[in-house]
Formats: sequence, C-alpha cells, structure tokens
Amino acid sequence: MRLKRGLSLAQYLATVFAILRKDLAVEWRSRQLLAAMLIFTLLVILIFNFALELDARVRSEVSAGVLWATFAFAGTLGLNRSMAVEKEGKALDGLLLAPVDRSAVYFGKAFANLFFMLVVAVLILPMYAILYNVNLWHSGFLLVVLLGSWGYSAIGTLLATMAIQARSRELLLPVLLFPLLIPVFVTAVRASSFFLQGLELTYIWPSLNLLIAYGLIMPALGYMFFDFIVEE
Amino acid sequence: MISTQGLSKRFGYRWVLKDVDLDAQAGEIVALLGPNGAGKSTLLRILATLSKPTLGECQIAGFSLPQQAAAARARIGFLAHQPLLYEDLSAEQNLAFYARLYRIKRPAARVTELLRLFDLHLRRQEPVRIFSRGMQQRLALARVLLHNPRVLLLDEPHSGLDRAALDVLDSLLRKLAKKGTTILFATHDLHRAQSLARKVYVLAEGRLVAPSDGRRRIPGSFSGVYSRALRAAQKGA
Repeated sequence: MRLKRGLSLAQYLATVFAILRKDLAVEWRSRQLLAAMLIFTLLVILIFNFALELDARVRSEVSAGVLWATFAFAGTLGLNRSMAVEKEGKALDGLLLAPVDRSAVYFGKAFANLFFMLVVAVLILPMYAILYNVNLWHSGFLLVVLLGSWGYSAIGTLLATMAIQARSRELLLPVLLFPLLIPVFVTAVRASSFFLQGLELTYIWPSLNLLIAYGLIMPALGYMFFDFIVEE
Repeated sequence: MISTQGLSKRFGYRWVLKDVDLDAQAGEIVALLGPNGAGKSTLLRILATLSKPTLGECQIAGFSLPQQAAAARARIGFLAHQPLLYEDLSAEQNLAFYARLYRIKRPAARVTELLRLFDLHLRRQEPVRIFSRGMQQRLALARVLLHNPRVLLLDEPHSGLDRAALDVLDSLLRKLAKKGTTILFATHDLHRAQSLARKVYVLAEGRLVAPSDGRRRIPGSFSGVYSRALRAAQKGA
C-alpha cells in the first residue's frame, strides 16, 4: 500500500512508532508529564470527593461526570508538556526536516498522548472506585475510557501543535480545545454513566457510535491538516 | 546544486529577503556573511524547506522549492541556531531516533561512527541537557551528517566550538566538499569564511550586496570590501 509521497505503509508505521518510542523515552528519562498529570488528577478527585459530600445514590450518578472533567483538565497538562518537549531546542524543526510524511509525526504524538492518558486512567481508576464507591471494572466502561481518550488525544494533539506557535500557549490550548471537546465529553459521560448504572446496550449504542465517529473524524482531520498547521 | 532567483521573503510588512540570486555548484563551499538580522538564517530556513519564500524561485539538489520540498529533504542536512535535539534524551538516543526517521541502514554503526568523529563517544549515555554549548553543537553536527546529505546548510556551524573541534569541522567540511557535497554556511567570521569558502556572498538588510566571483580566489583585501558593502547597505536602508 502506498501513501502520500509514495511511502509504503510499513515505512509510515515505522515513523509513527519511532515518534511514539521517542516520546516514551523522553518521558521515561524526565518523568515530568505523567507526574504532573497524576498529581493533578489525584488532587481534583480528592477535592471533588470532600467538596461535594454526596450520598451513595448521587455519587454513582455524578461519578462519570467528575471522572471525565478530571481527565479533561489533566489531559491539557499532558498535551502542553508533550508539545513543550518539541518546543525546547526547536526539536519540532528536526522532525519537519526529516523525509517522512508529516502526518506520521501527528499520529506518533497522538498515540503517545493516548498512552499517557491511559496510564493515568489505569493508576487513578482504582482509587476513584474506592473513594466514590463505584464498581468501574466493567468492560463497556473501559471501552468508553479508551474511545474517549483516543478522541481527546486526536483533537488535542492537533490543537496543541497549533497552540505551540503562540506565546501564551498554556492559555490558548484549553480555549481552543474545550469547545471542540464538548461532543466527546458529553457522550463519554453519558455512555460511562449508562454502563455504570447497568443499562442495556440498546440505550448505550448511540453514545458509543458517536464516540467511534469522533475517534475516526478527528484523526482524519489530523491526517489532512497537520502539514498545514506546522508550516511556517 | 543550490540556486535561487529573485528570492524574497516578507514577514508582515517587512521584507527580510529581497531579490536574492545565489548559486552553489556540487562540491563547492560557499559562505554567507552578514551582520545580525541580515536575513542569513531566514535564507537558510527557506533552502532547508522549513519556510516558504514569498516571491522568487529556488532549486536545491535538483528539486524546486517549495513544490518538491518533501523529496528534497532526504538530500539536505540543516544545522540551525538551536541544536534541534531532545534535551532529556542521551546523545546516542537522539542520533538513533533521527537515524530511524531517515531510515539509515545499520543505524547503530553510523551513530557510533559519528559519536567517535565528534569525540562524544564516552559521553553518549548522558542527557543532552547537561552538555556544554560546544558539545551540543558537535552533536547537532553529527545529527546533520547522519544521512550523508548531498547539500549541507549550516547556520553558524563554528559557534561554541573549541579550537580542536573547529579544526575537525573545517577538515571534515573540506573532505565532504571533495566528495561532491555542496556546503552553504552562514557566519559572522570573515576570516573563517575566507579560509574555508571558495565563494562568499554578503547579505545586508535582506539583499546580497557583495557576491564574489566563484572562479576567482577571494582577495586578501576582502574585509575592506565587506565593511564598505555593509556601510553602503545600512546607508541605503
């Protein structure tokens, strides 16, 4: 299979994997991104837990909303840090000089961001289950976490790349990102809530379909527009 | 190998390059002299495909820019002001990563070869963050040479290097030029330009003000020509 610029699919995937591997290596050596995301997530969950003082019934109803709000805010920390790595020493220019399809750079970064969000989720969910007294070990709920995180990473990586050019990028990213996240956020909260309440799949399918559609459309936008976004 | 005709670049209302006609043949070392803000880095970024010209034409390694920029990239090695390296990764990890992007055969051997060449082999496992400016510059040069580019675009390649590293770099550039690599380097150092380059262009206020003839040797009194050209350009501006 040939892609843009006549590269084979294997070469394209090798580039995606090289970027992903590089981001993981950078994080392994610096341990800044995951640490910031984890500490922030823990604090927000604790604050919500003590501030809301909910009874057991209300807790199970609002827990999905609290969880996704926490993920959304922690995710922006991760996205900012992920692109700051490219800004230091102008490393992004090094990527743009390479004879690779630039959309592969986008996918490499998006998969790395997805990986970091999932690591945070894996570490946080057990604590969250204890504090909010909800059983989160439901395969459907975990699927929603995966789909929602992918949608978030796909659009977040694209917008973080846009924001990196700006002087006040830490402020700009949430301003650009959150309005576009509303569909995935609302749908993920609804689907998570339905799964946690044990509703039948018939009620949940529309939300899942929307998450899947979002998870396909956003990467397609990244594939098409990343090259234009990184052009000077 | 490198050719520009009427190359111009505008940022907002300001023209940072205006009608630049430049030419460098295969195996030629060409120096680009000029004061700060003359447009040297902008010109090199355009030739490296990181920026697009506002007007004019540009060919590099047989490809027209910006139309064939993607194809040209495999033939270009660009050393920028910044090292374009990941500070948290080690020297070896940085080069290994770029070797993967450039799809270099036997990447480990090539990385080791370059680390030895630039005397970084013993510190290959250390993060770039703790490297001195000169060491970062040497590692950046190693990154530029990884894929044996046919065209080298070097923005102040000598900055931050000590005497020994300067000699290694100069002899390496001469050797590469003999093998047919075209080298265009920007510098403030007139003596370095005179000793290394066969042809010198002087850029001031975005215009070429004193191109030397490639068929002649650069005259010993070139410093006088350079100073007069810069003064004239500044008066004109």
